[in-house]
Amino acid sequence: MTGLRNPALRVALLVASLAVWEAAVRALRIPAFILPPPSQVGAALYRGAVSGIYLEHLWITLAETLLGFALGSAVAFVVGTALAVSRRTEYFLYPFIVMFQSMPKVALAPLVVIWFGLGLTSKVISAALIAFFPLLVNTVVGLRSADEDRVDLMRSLAASELQIFRMLRLPSALPFIMAGLEVAMVFSLVGAIVAEFVGAEAGLGMLIQSRNFSMDVAGEFAILFILAVMGLLLNTALVSVRRRVLFWDPSQKSAANAASLKGGL
Amino acid sequence: MARAADVISVKGLRKEYGTPRGTVLALDRIDFTVGEGEFVAIVGPSGCGKSTLLKILAGLLPATGGEVRLRSVSITGPRRDIGVVFQSPVLFPWRTVLDNVLLPVDVQRLGREDNRSRALDLLALVGLHGFEHRYPWELSGGMQQRVAITRGLIHNPAMLLMDEPFGALDAMTREGLNLELQRIWLERRETVVFITHSITEAVFLADRVLIMTPRPGHIAEEVPVAIPRPRALDVMAAPEFGGIVRRIRAHFSSKGGIEA
Repeated sequence: MTGLRNPALRVALLVASLAVWEAAVRALRIPAFILPPPSQVGAALYRGAVSGIYLEHLWITLAETLLGFALGSAVAFVVGTALAVSRRTEYFLYPFIVMFQSMPKVALAPLVVIWFGLGLTSKVISAALIAFFPLLVNTVVGLRSADEDRVDLMRSLAASELQIFRMLRLPSALPFIMAGLEVAMVFSLVGAIVAEFVGAEAGLGMLIQSRNFSMDVAGEFAILFILAVMGLLLNTALVSVRRRVLFWDPSQKSAANAASLKGGL
Repeated sequence: MARAADVISVKGLRKEYGTPRGTVLALDRIDFTVGEGEFVAIVGPSGCGKSTLLKILAGLLPATGGEVRLRSVSITGPRRDIGVVFQSPVLFPWRTVLDNVLLPVDVQRLGREDNRSRALDLLALVGLHGFEHRYPWELSGGMQQRVAITRGLIHNPAMLLMDEPFGALDAMTREGLNLELQRIWLERRETVVFITHSITEAVFLADRVLIMTPRPGHIAEEVPVAIPRPRALDVMAAPEFGGIVRRIRAHFSSKGGIEA
């Protein structure tokens, strides 16, 4: 156990790899516009943080991501429930869903920006579009996963379909839905950034592009670092929600519930 | 045949399944009655249609012909006054033991407040006092099945249907639960239909054993068990007990596929 979990060694490894990076860039005289050394990235991070420019754009990207996540998840849950509950709905919607699912959703970003403008709306829509599928698929699979014996038990008690849904199918689907939400959260961040690349007035994705045009690669790395931390914190938040909601799920720790990550980017 | 005190009366029951290769006759000419407070066991090998019969009694499957009456009302669908205990405990892992027991109360809106103390009394009766706030996955298989039995009794059903409730447990736990079930039954005198593939279990528990033979499922014989209660486990060594077991086994010995 001590050999496997050693926090000091973990930090040392991180510091060592940064040192190797720094040394390699200096020794090989790699120009900063190709690969900046970590010291320059740190300096860029500090400058941006002090000036407040990162924070200003971070709030915008965060808002786009969260609103897109909420919109995409809500629609996915409603459509997924309709599909799982009614075979008729499934029959009529299925061709559209297959067609839409096999399309790379990021390719829609330029259209979305044309339709919804350079502001917040187009980013939210783009994030929602990409977040939609992972949760849709998991909601459908989850709602259909209720154990047949448990359904029989509910029926033997003369439960209504609504009661079976509320007391059995929905709780049974929760492990799948939570796994879908985690993927959807990461995907909404991707959707927001892609739409910012296509055309935006603000946001960290827009900032990356403007740094790119001015060959400020250290600045780009600084923003990438911020995005990575942001994604990590969003995921951590969801994981802690999952731990609370799914305290009863034996597979909770392994997070092996993702029914399917088809839906893709 | 159908007396006033009969809780269940089954007459000419028939069940066919449609399959791609044509219809299969699962149950044919099933006739029997179960009296108020009577413990009836139905014993037969796997695939003899026992579970199909139970599902029809529970209102989960429609019969193809004949009729089933519960307190002289025809069973056509699920009813609120039947308790079912399945082979697996079928507990909801997100509900505590107490909330699992109260599931029928929640579904049938009988009022949690009125039934909470009843549920706690029943849990004490099956030896689960102090476990009411645990979750099912914190309990052993035998304890989980006791929770399932308690849940089957909470809404005061007219009849308790048990479908091989101890079939998935090890032999020692099973014997312990047989004793326990007898004790609970002696205290409450529920009307019980108990399905099993174990002849000794059937003879040990029941007032009357119905022998079911397969393809199509049919009641071959009814054997009364006139052994006085409470029965201890050593009753299984008594000559009277052995005689009944032999009489039942004679129906299956040529076909095999059944436990002693």
